[in-house]
Amino acid sequence: MSLDTRPKPLIDNWNRPFWEAAKQDKLLIQKCQDTGQCFFPPAPVSPFTGKPRWEWIEASGKGELWSFVVFHQSYFEGMKDELPYLVGMVKLAEGPFMLTNLWDMHPDDAKIGMKLSVRFPGGPGDLVLPQFGPEE
Amino acid sequence: MRDKVAFAGIGTTRYGSFPESDSYGLGCEALNMALDDCGLKPSDIDGLIVSRIPSYERFAETMGINPQFCLLTETAGRFSGVSLALASQALYSGAAKYVALVYGNNGRSVRVRYGGGDSQWSPWGMTSPGAIHAMMWRRHMHEFGTTHADLGPVATAFRHHACLNPDAVMHGRPISLLDHDRSRPICEPLQLLDYCLINDGAVAWILTTAERAKDLKRPPVLLSGYARQDNFTYRSSPPDDYWYGNLSATRSVYDRAGIGREDIQGLGIYDNFSPTVMFSLEGLGFCKQGESGDFVRDGTLQLGTGRWPTNTSGGHLSDSYMQGWGIIAECVRQLRDDCGARQIPNVQAMQYICATNIAQSAILRRAA
Repeated sequence: MSLDTRPKPLIDNWNRPFWEAAKQDKLLIQKCQDTGQCFFPPAPVSPFTGKPRWEWIEASGKGELWSFVVFHQSYFEGMKDELPYLVGMVKLAEGPFMLTNLWDMHPDDAKIGMKLSVRFPGGPGDLVLPQFGPEE
Repeated sequence: MRDKVAFAGIGTTRYGSFPESDSYGLGCEALNMALDDCGLKPSDIDGLIVSRIPSYERFAETMGINPQFCLLTETAGRFSGVSLALASQALYSGAAKYVALVYGNNGRSVRVRYGGGDSQWSPWGMTSPGAIHAMMWRRHMHEFGTTHADLGPVATAFRHHACLNPDAVMHGRPISLLDHDRSRPICEPLQLLDYCLINDGAVAWILTTAERAKDLKRPPVLLSGYARQDNFTYRSSPPDDYWYGNLSATRSVYDRAGIGREDIQGLGIYDNFSPTVMFSLEGLGFCKQGESGDFVRDGTLQLGTGRWPTNTSGGHLSDSYMQGWGIIAECVRQLRDDCGARQIPNVQAMQYICATNIAQSAILRRAA
């Protein structure tokens, strides 16, 4: 299984720091400076206030498995070899949800509520796709 | 707005694959059927809402309609109910007298794919509406102890109805609970028979005021109540509450219609995937949250056996994927006693429910 052939992300002005940080094995999320709450995906303003008062923080990389699915249908040419593949909905310790893959895990090993942590095994081109696996 | 607006005309095309036409051709066909149904001409139409047909201008030009109220909606199915509300508001406020609402879909013949393409989550392979519902149902199974098998009675009830409906795509193709259980996985925990169809077709409704509708050909069906509540929090990922909060808010539809749940004989529930039926039943309070599996198990949604016959045409799962437009048309037909072998006896009122980030419910009833 390789992440080299994965679909490339849509990089915009708001999420560019997230993708740059992932190359350095860092998981960045935004934190609202008024409420202290974190949010993801990257946005121009805090959804808690509607104001552009936020800062990037490095997330702990920890979270729990909220739910997961197993894809049998092929939607992406570059992922055909990975079928069937797992996508997990992870609730980060800081609050927001991320949809990601359960790295090197078999569907039978995925348990809702299990503790997960991030890893950075690679991605398409020079990009890195954060992945989650059992907490290390 | 209780009982102020009425469905005066309904048109639905054949459903299937029609590469010789397109969404304009199908839309014109449906609108002509709706016009004939109520006895109006294109020149009588002064309000037009077009959905899933690329251009409102081209459609209006094609049909020779020059309205004073016109718009094109987004293609998502939740916009069938949204369009219903907008048309009603236009009629109630006097912005238009006769509004035609036309939905045309040629997704089958042009091989529309629901999934793939670039998105926020595509690098992780997360894509397609089905996967969002699969994610929610997996969580529901965990939180409440429901199972994939709990979805079976939804799929089999709607297929039973399609077998009573000669116009349904899946007419003549009955399925069992075992067929549901053994259908191929698409995005687990959902399998093929949890997914809606993809087919071509079109639906048109003509709405007018209840007063004007009295002078038209068919008995009017009244829009008694409509309620909507949106929830866009965490819209980038599957909702973490099955839309329970915003669906619950739409229970105000009963107060708006002035009738209670016990006064309703049948349901039309937006069924892009079988779990949305469960979320709808729980959200509107037909059963407690988490208990939809028990609620549907003994044929509750099936004509002849259940208290709540639902999607009597077969719904999106087994009749036609007309994104709510066809389901609402079926509610109207029930209330006109037009449904033949699938008619709900002595039906007085029908309720429509759509579980999405724009949660909606509407109650339709016969004019007195």
